[in-house]
Amino acid sequence: MLVGTGITIIRQQNLLAASMLSGIYSLLSACWMVELDAVDVAFTEASVGAGISTVLMLATLALTTRSEKKPVHKSFLPLFVVLATGAALIYGTLGAPPYGDPANVVHHHVAPRYVNDSYDETGIPNIVTSVLASYRGYDTLGETSVVFTAGVGVLLLLKRGKRSKREEKK
Amino acid sequence: MSHLFSHYNYWIVIVLMMTGFYTVISRGNMVKKLIGLNIFQTSVFLLFITMGKIKGGTAPIVMAGKEDVVYSNPIPHVLILTAIVVGVSTTALGLALVVRIKEAYGTVEEDEVQAEDIRR
Amino acid sequence: MREHSIVRVVSKILLPYILLFALYVQLHGDYGPGGGFQAGVIFGAGCILYALVFGVNKARRVAPSSVVSSIMAIGLMLYAGVGVVCLFKGGNFLDYNVLRHDPHHAQELGVALIELGVGMTVAAVMFTIFMTYAERAKK
Repeated sequence: MLVGTGITIIRQQNLLAASMLSGIYSLLSACWMVELDAVDVAFTEASVGAGISTVLMLATLALTTRSEKKPVHKSFLPLFVVLATGAALIYGTLGAPPYGDPANVVHHHVAPRYVNDSYDETGIPNIVTSVLASYRGYDTLGETSVVFTAGVGVLLLLKRGKRSKREEKK
Repeated sequence: MSHLFSHYNYWIVIVLMMTGFYTVISRGNMVKKLIGLNIFQTSVFLLFITMGKIKGGTAPIVMAGKEDVVYSNPIPHVLILTAIVVGVSTTALGLALVVRIKEAYGTVEEDEVQAEDIRR
Repeated sequence: MREHSIVRVVSKILLPYILLFALYVQLHGDYGPGGGFQAGVIFGAGCILYALVFGVNKARRVAPSSVVSSIMAIGLMLYAGVGVVCLFKGGNFLDYNVLRHDPHHAQELGVALIELGVGMTVAAVMFTIFMTYAERAKK
């Protein structure tokens, strides 16, 4: 279903429909994330991907154009590149650890410490929250700065300040 | 056969990733490119989350009083939580740039922007 | 969208619950799924809904741009400030254990404060981005 939505998005010439579909796509992937036990991530993906991103896309479309122009030249080069990369990656997954196996290497290095000790050390039941905010507070600080910077960047790019109004008068 | 099934999730992720990649490199429209970038991004998130899953595990929220509960690996979740928020910031910034390009050139198609550049 | 009475009434009913849910997610992030980002995004989305339905000018009257952009900065400063307070109290940067005598209480206090900072920044940024787009479209 996810793949179907994805492919419909690229086939779609109407950008309005494509952005709505990308919202649906986000919701579907959030469902998959719940299935994979990542409730925090699914929550974020649902609110960010299906909510904010779609609204921003629609706002941009209102400012620009609604439909995409048909590509003038049909080229098979991108398709070929994509198929080759995909084949290489699928070949790569054959060496990857099997899905969901508790014996996988990722589950044995740092994770057990968080899973076993974080509740005793911080008193916070949600391990994701305690790791995010306490053990890896630096990451989250940097991330908040990224969000802040993005906000400032959009303001700088799009806000019409006093000076531009004065220039318009001239 | 079991080997085939155990990598099924990875393959779906790769198909999605390639869908996004194809959109980015083959489409000229910049909004479409950003949508493709979003698809690519989500597929990477799903790849990480897939790696963190343990079969028979549950969400990593400690249930007091219960021992022997298997929790899925919380570290990929933390990383991806950060990545999603950074992703939406970059998307917003990209869309803002698209709006500016539209105002400066009157189009959001890549080849038309290039043609305009050559003409100037 | 001023003439669609159904949209207006429904969003008027829903809006308090959206904002309340955002606060719940913010404060309950320690125990269930959720936290500062999600809460901020939901809060921002609620504000955006208000701006969509009742018009940009009205939303600007509720939340003037100077207030929103200062919230954006205050959130980040709150986060960094918690780290600096930890330094002054003799710990490492963002080491919450020194905030209170009991490490559990200290951790909870520190995490709640920085999540609050994150939530404020994210909500303000989302709202700012949307309002900038909307005001650009109007001119």
